[in-house]
Amino acid sequence: MAEPAPTPLSPVPPLPIDRTEAAFDDAKPAMTRDQAVAEANRCLFCSDAPCISACPTAIDIPQFIRKISTGNVKGSARTIFESNILGMSCARVCPVEVLCVGACVYNHMDAPPIQIGRLQRYATDTAFEKDWRFFEAGADTGRSVGLIGAGPASLAAGHELRRHGHRCTIYEQRSLIGGLNATGVAPYKMRTDRAVEEAKWVLRIGGIDVQRGVHVGNGVTLAELERRHDAVFVGVGLGADAMLGVPGENLPGVRGAVDWIEQMKLRTVPLDGVRRCVVVGGGNTAMDAVREASGLGIPSVTMVYRGKEPHMPGYAHEWSEAKDAGVRAEWQALPVAFEGDARLQRVRCVRVDDHKRPVPGSEFVLDADLALIAIGQARLGPMLAGLEGITLDKGRIVVDSHGFTGRKGWYAGGDCANGGKEVVNAAAEGKAAARAIHAFLTGAIA
Amino acid sequence: MPDLSVNCAGIRAPNPFWLASAPPANSGLQVQRAFDAGWGGAVWKTLGTPIQNVSGRFGGHTVRGVQGAGFNNIELITDRPIDVNLREIAETKRLFPKHALVVSLMVETREEWRDIIKRSIDAGADGLELNFGCPHGMCERGMGSAVGQEPRINQEITSWAVEYSTVPVLVKLTPNVSDIVPHGLAAKRGGAHGVSLINTIKSIIAVDIDRFVPEPRVGHASTNGGYCGAAVKPIALHMVAALAREKQFGLPISGIGGVSNWRDAVEFILLGSSSVQVCTEVMLRGYRVVEDMIDGLEEYMRTHGFDSIDRMVGKAVPAFSEWGDLDLNYETVAKIDADKCIGCQLCVAACHDGAHQCIHPTAASRVPTVDESECVGCNLCQIVCPVPECISMVEVNNGHAPATWNEHVTQGKTLRPKKGAH
Ligand SMILES: Cc1cc2nc3c(=O)[nH]c(=O)nc-3n(C[C@H](O)[C@H](O)[C@H](O)COP(=O)(O)OP(=O)(O)OC[C@H]3O[C@@H](n4cnc5c(N)ncnc54)[C@H](O)[C@@H]3O)c2cc1C
Ligand SMILES: Cc1cc2nc3c(=O)[nH]c(=O)nc-3n(C[C@H](O)[C@H](O)[C@H](O)COP(=O)(O)O)c2cc1C
Ligand code: SF4
Ligand code: SF4
Ligand code: SF4
Repeated sequence: MAEPAPTPLSPVPPLPIDRTEAAFDDAKPAMTRDQAVAEANRCLFCSDAPCISACPTAIDIPQFIRKISTGNVKGSARTIFESNILGMSCARVCPVEVLCVGACVYNHMDAPPIQIGRLQRYATDTAFEKDWRFFEAGADTGRSVGLIGAGPASLAAGHELRRHGHRCTIYEQRSLIGGLNATGVAPYKMRTDRAVEEAKWVLRIGGIDVQRGVHVGNGVTLAELERRHDAVFVGVGLGADAMLGVPGENLPGVRGAVDWIEQMKLRTVPLDGVRRCVVVGGGNTAMDAVREASGLGIPSVTMVYRGKEPHMPGYAHEWSEAKDAGVRAEWQALPVAFEGDARLQRVRCVRVDDHKRPVPGSEFVLDADLALIAIGQARLGPMLAGLEGITLDKGRIVVDSHGFTGRKGWYAGGDCANGGKEVVNAAAEGKAAARAIHAFLTGAIA
Repeated sequence: MPDLSVNCAGIRAPNPFWLASAPPANSGLQVQRAFDAGWGGAVWKTLGTPIQNVSGRFGGHTVRGVQGAGFNNIELITDRPIDVNLREIAETKRLFPKHALVVSLMVETREEWRDIIKRSIDAGADGLELNFGCPHGMCERGMGSAVGQEPRINQEITSWAVEYSTVPVLVKLTPNVSDIVPHGLAAKRGGAHGVSLINTIKSIIAVDIDRFVPEPRVGHASTNGGYCGAAVKPIALHMVAALAREKQFGLPISGIGGVSNWRDAVEFILLGSSSVQVCTEVMLRGYRVVEDMIDGLEEYMRTHGFDSIDRMVGKAVPAFSEWGDLDLNYETVAKIDADKCIGCQLCVAACHDGAHQCIHPTAASRVPTVDESECVGCNLCQIVCPVPECISMVEVNNGHAPATWNEHVTQGKTLRPKKGAH
């Protein structure tokens, strides 16, 4: 059988230069070579290094850092990509404070930990700019895999499958590739163009047919997918913003946070006359939303969260940045109505007790021109509900440690399976599933 | 208040920190600035028939990002006219009468030695240093280390200098010999008042791997140079100590080679130096490094109850013994302070790959454990541990009476069972 022809990706729609996200600079700027070498020389080259265990993709961090220190940047980038093909965006978007950097032994010395993310960015950006390529597709096996969604999970899975020679087709409902890594992450970490460029760079391994604008379910059925392919990987991520279901939620000025962030990243969001913003929620989407709103110059930004500060699911390091930017919070509070003439003017809230029950008579009002709801996203597992053998847990697709769903040939990974974590988890799970799929397709697993 | 003043072979100085004969002691204004900064003495850049230097003179050895951990040079003796040097020496001596001003010399014939010695002393030199050490350029012309490597010539030229000099004469020895002692003894037989050592070690510092030319590169070629700086300290310490413990020697020593701070200086003094000379650290960081040298030495003397440098000189020499006289029954094992440990496990890797496989990771935490029944007490883990005082080598009371190899061989003393040799 002939090699599948590499499918050139038709041009991704250009991103407007004046889109709102362009206003942001990198919160953690790129390192120069000299900065990188100085920092790399601080790394102790730990044995069985704890930073590696803290990286979901288990990058050999001491090894890639040592290679930076000796000027072997190409080898450094190879070490990173060998474990994590999305190493370039992970370098920017990983919450390193709770992952690799948080585990660096220097923390135990009360000395500044190694800036692993920034070093990783130095090596991977260099590889990207010099157009170094490290991986080739394996010899064609004649087997094919369908991947649903073009987010980090499918990209990592597809790349790994191609290294083993399996043909891949990615079905993506949007015209844009990259998933939430392109449409969701805060622009002071990474702007959309870089995520899309990275996705294209990953696809250059060749042999991955990306069908954009195809919704699995409406455009092509699951049964059809199963017919076309020898295995399927589900990497659909999460769905639309969950809303509160309180009166006034459809007033202009009340938005789902992920929806608003996407508009800010891909197009422009209207900011004229927006003086007060209320963000509802206490997770990491809320953290991003408050920092983005205040970064765009909205003078008053208030987070409304139903729990207390120490119980907030958002990262402490993110909240501390938000506080430094002047963001305030109403703890143990819950909106009960959005009010205004023709558009949002006020958010009516109530205090809640330690059991999150409203406290009678505790209502108060926050003036607001913009309210962003960041209380979670829909789970997409139900799209597989008809398939025998697949189990869902509160909308999440249940998988084993290899991404296997329980239905022969069906694997899943990333947000749709883990319930919503980070890009690096999606990359790790996509790759692990690809390895399991390879074993399945080559008969190692019945 | 401890007294830092020294008298090294009859040359007096307010403190033991002297500039070595090298670029930092190249001119009057430099030496005067150094004295202002606190240096107690200086050995002027070697005088002789002025030479011509090359471009591309120095090379550095970088270790894990630390530049100049070692250093080398292919420069020769002074390239400035002798008259100018002598005028500046006189001027400097006039401005700093209490500082030690030693003039380093390297010429060929007996007449040249007589002439340059007279002129140096007339200019006010407090002492002379005979440069028998330079390992490049000058030796090919029959000077420098060509003299220092040949005890007979060393002795003869030293005797000329001593004959013509009215001030103390130090002979600067080259380390490019297999055993330093015969060379020190030759200088002594020639009548030297003291020796200074080490000069630089023959070296190629690096290779330009893109041009295929060693460094420092002079156009399309390079040559061997002289190695110095922090990396050479261990070699210098050994040579100083070898002379200091030699019964027939007994001359004062000015210690040189890799002195970068007060600790290094203390080590040189404890092994028999009555002054120390510094070149590379000044070239890399400037004269101001002397401030910490002085403070640090003073504080060290205070805490150890030394009121003068004299009392320190050679304190560690008696403990520098032969391997055969070491107590083979003395036993230590490594102990890890769990509170200090940061869990890097460098000790595990080092012990497993480079020692005796007796430090192991533990399941419960990242603090490794030492299997003391297997630990041979080699110190490797202590050396790699990045946390000061986290790993200590603790003496074990094993019940065996001390026994050296020599005692074992000659008197049949019992040695404890070997560890880690299975
Ligand atoms: C606001 C926000 C900020 C974030 N910030 C960070 C951060 O800073 N760092 C970090 O590491 N992570 C961050 N994340 C999380 C991260 O973006 C996700 O964990 C990651 O993108 C998950 O990858 P995935 O491939 O599983 O899913 P996704 O990235 O969501 O990709 C799924 C893709 O599948 C497509 N799709 C869905 N259904 C269908 C269908 N039926 N047919 C065809 N295509 C379909 C979608 O259009 C999408 O392109 C953030 C998330 C959000 C919401
Ligand atoms: C660039 C340079 C030039 C030197 N020139 C001389 C010299 O002219 N005469 C001399 O006796 N030693 C010379 N030396 C040797 C130093 O005086 C000194 O013995 C040696 O560098 C070791 O000391 P250090 O480790 O402190 O540098 C020179 C060393 C260097 C680095
Ligand atoms: S991928 Fe993320 S967690 Fe892993 S080493 Fe890189 S920055 Fe750290
Ligand atoms: S824990 Fe820190 S010091 Fe150790 S290898 Fe990792 S980055 Fe380097
Ligand atoms: S080298 Fe030191 S700090 Fe590192 S694990 Fe060993 S004892 Fe602990």
